Amino acid sequence: MKIGSPKEIFAGEARVAMTPDSALQLQKLGYECLVEAGAGLAAGFTDEAYRTAGVKVVDSAAELWDEADIIAKVRPPETAEAERLKAGKTLISFFYPAQNKELLELCKDKDANVIAMDMVPRISRAQKMDALSSMANIAGYRAVIEAGNNFGRFFTGQITAAGKVPPAKVLVVGAGVAGLAAIGTATSLGAITYAFDVRPEVAEQIKSMGAEFVYLDFKGQQQDGAATGGYAAPSSPEFREAQLKKFRELAPQIDIVITTALIPGRDAPVLWTKDMVEAMKPGSVIVDLAAERGGNCELTKPDEKIVTPNGVTIVGYTDFPSRMAAQSSTLYATNIRHMMTDLTPAKDGKPVHNMEDDVIRGATVTFEGAVTFPPPPPKVAAIAAQKPKEKAKELTPEEKRAQEAAAFKAQTQSQLMLLGVGTVLMLIVGAYAPVSFMSHFIVFALACFVGFQVIWNVSHSLHTPLMAVTNAISGIIVLGALLQIGSSSWLVTFLAMISVLIASINIVGGFLVTRRMLAMFQKS
Amino acid sequence: MSIGIVSAAYISAAILFILSLGGLSNQESAKRAVWYGIVGMALAVIATVFGPGSGKLWLVIVMFAIAAAIGWQVAMKVQMTEMPQLVAALHSFVGLAAVLIGFNAHIELAAVMKLDAVAREALTGFAGVLAHKTGVEISILKVEVFLGVFIGAVTFTGSIIAFGKLAGKVDGKAKKLPGGHMLNAGAAALSLLLLILYVQGAGFWALFLMTLLAFFIGYHLIMGIGGADMPVVVSMLNSYSGWAAAAIGFTLGNDLLIVVGALVGSSGAILSYIMCKAMNRSFISVILGGFGNTTGPAQAIEGEQIAIDVDGVATALNDADSVIIVPGYGMAVAQAQQSVSELTRKLRAAGKEVRFAIHPVAGRLPGHMNVLLAEAKVPYDIVLEMDEINEDFPNTDVAIVIGSNDIVNPAAQEDPNSPIAGMPVLEVWKAKQVFVSKRGQGTGYSGIENPLFYKENTRMFYGDAKKSLDELLPKIA
Repeated sequence: MKIGSPKEIFAGEARVAMTPDSALQLQKLGYECLVEAGAGLAAGFTDEAYRTAGVKVVDSAAELWDEADIIAKVRPPETAEAERLKAGKTLISFFYPAQNKELLELCKDKDANVIAMDMVPRISRAQKMDALSSMANIAGYRAVIEAGNNFGRFFTGQITAAGKVPPAKVLVVGAGVAGLAAIGTATSLGAITYAFDVRPEVAEQIKSMGAEFVYLDFKGQQQDGAATGGYAAPSSPEFREAQLKKFRELAPQIDIVITTALIPGRDAPVLWTKDMVEAMKPGSVIVDLAAERGGNCELTKPDEKIVTPNGVTIVGYTDFPSRMAAQSSTLYATNIRHMMTDLTPAKDGKPVHNMEDDVIRGATVTFEGAVTFPPPPPKVAAIAAQKPKEKAKELTPEEKRAQEAAAFKAQTQSQLMLLGVGTVLMLIVGAYAPVSFMSHFIVFALACFVGFQVIWNVSHSLHTPLMAVTNAISGIIVLGALLQIGSSSWLVTFLAMISVLIASINIVGGFLVTRRMLAMFQKS
Repeated sequence: MSIGIVSAAYISAAILFILSLGGLSNQESAKRAVWYGIVGMALAVIATVFGPGSGKLWLVIVMFAIAAAIGWQVAMKVQMTEMPQLVAALHSFVGLAAVLIGFNAHIELAAVMKLDAVAREALTGFAGVLAHKTGVEISILKVEVFLGVFIGAVTFTGSIIAFGKLAGKVDGKAKKLPGGHMLNAGAAALSLLLLILYVQGAGFWALFLMTLLAFFIGYHLIMGIGGADMPVVVSMLNSYSGWAAAAIGFTLGNDLLIVVGALVGSSGAILSYIMCKAMNRSFISVILGGFGNTTGPAQAIEGEQIAIDVDGVATALNDADSVIIVPGYGMAVAQAQQSVSELTRKLRAAGKEVRFAIHPVAGRLPGHMNVLLAEAKVPYDIVLEMDEINEDFPNTDVAIVIGSNDIVNPAAQEDPNSPIAGMPVLEVWKAKQVFVSKRGQGTGYSGIENPLFYKENTRMFYGDAKKSLDELLPKIA
């Protein structure tokens, strides 16, 4: 089978769906490759380069559409292009079926199969053909470069002989693929980067890219992106208010704003209002990546760069990937190639349109004369649903204090109880026992008390030495034997002698072994 | 030496002993603290020997010289893995000494009682002290003698059995004579009866009969307690030896003995308490022996034990950045601490973070593992307590369990019906990978299955711990 890429006819579109490199890979799958003359020129790929890679260069678009069985392109087909489709031909391109109903009908009527690259489901296996992500990545990068181009200062802070330069402060709104790419680019240029997203679970990703997550103090249930296939969903009016309030606070100190907030199948939400633009410093830049869908900034004009009366530049270009055509063509062509790999399991140049496959089914919008859009939900969830985190209830300072006070009170009570009971016991003993006993008894009680106080502080790792040393000092019982050994009774002397012997073994052995053990404990 | 100087020496000695125990709060000050203890002991002994009431100095010196030689031999030759036995043996000495001194007190008392008032005045030393006692004081003295001998006797036989069990000379399993605890209770009740008779004026036979009963209680009590409960037993006997000394101190009216006895007694009591808490069991249930009954069927364990060979472990260790080693009694049995230390040294040299997690009841003696690792020259600052390290397991690449079982059993947390439910355990299963070095598929002391061995991230490294580690060592880069 033959696979071909025409020259994009959309004004200003520089990308191409097949590069010499991807053509080589496609040939390995058993396909013959065609390309319209001059198709890759704007992206830096000459016809000569294609020929070297074994691609047949055809002169006209008509010829290409006629000859190729599979047509890979970037932009959705113009009506004129779609007219050229025939039964059995397959078109692979961005299609946006939800917005292009008529085009979809037209393709269906032509009995052509259409695979929409923008409909590839967001599951792990399909990441290699996720063209939206690869384009968004480029857009995010380019947005920062575009902002830098219009920003009159350094990104990074510097202290030079000529004075101190403060670092630029960048705010990225929406931490999808484009947002994260923008964050990465901005931080690597040295800017202080803040990022915001309505999905709290991306906070970790934001931090991993080196930006600071703008935390929104909002009580209500925040969104869980897992429910919407990893995309953001519209937020409640209260949430939006809280969000705008936060942005209003930030606006005066931010130098560069990059907005990437998009909700699938809707107009872009307005997040950066006119008054925020007015609050910004002259020379600040706003890059609106959502310009194509109306823009996140109220003042954005799609495809234009404007400067507001207070000197804020608003960039509303919609063709960021096309502005880096060489890079974006390479990535897009690779995505197409991966799609072809999945379509050609036997590597024999014959596509097998397996409608049972989640990825192929999801991306196919017309198939054998029928519209197959929207697809059924994929069998594999994009992201594991977030488990509700069991958060230990944060105690307010008052509650904490109350708790501490209660604990203190309980402790005091139990101590007083113990003391009370102890005193009563002492009094009972004291009432009956003779004085000579009481004096010893007091010594005993005090020693127990001291013992408890001291032993609690002994380190766990020294419990064995503790036992050995207590062994040694309990050999103090030798004193009793020493006092008796001088007795006139031979039996007493004999028993005392044995006691002296064994108690002394205890003393000597205990102390020596303790010393031996302690000497072994060494610090690294 | 006058009584005043002796008293002063005793006070200094008491203070030195307190400092000596207090100094054990960390490894460095402990090295100084042991000298406080030695000096304190020397002061006390010298003051007593040269003080009033002593005599037969030559006999004391001969005995001490023999004892010093024996003590030196034992202390220098003992293997660190044999520490539990040594400690138990030393406890039995204190117990026996208490019994003998108690007997002496009785004999002296009987002798003094026979003398008339004039002769009594002429007596010196311990007999002199006895001679000046009033009727009530004599009764109290009898109770003190009785208690001292009782505690001493229980400590003596109990420690001997504990020694036998720890040294492997007596079967480590819990054993009871028919009648079980009723026998102990009966013997204790009989002893109480004898005490009353003794105070009423019964002769030496009452004291002696009680001693035999106490010997039996000590024997039977410890026979009924199994191997892994030994940390509690040893610290409990430690406590008893202290109380015995204190009781003898009362008998002799010697404050230093009372102070030291109380210090040792409370130290042992606290250690027992800590050990029991670490096993989530009450002191009573440990002493009564055996594990409590289960409250329901144990959770079924799913999965199977998957074995792994040396190469697999070596690869995982070479890839790991952080390693936690959990040693248990099995490491001591296999004498594997040197190999563990060598493994640690190699891994640390390769820039990996290696730490040790010690459960309070790991081994057969409180702090047993720490001493073994210290002997093998593992630096003590990478040896951590359970509370210090338990939270770090989720961030650890590899956890190695060497010869421990119940202290890493997740059933304690997961299965409310498990006999060890609620016991604090080391959460090794939260590490990314767990290797268990173990001789076979058997269960631990408690006899319950360990679901850890069936977990997905657990691999069993069967074989003798020392042999396995020695095979592993050359493969670590």
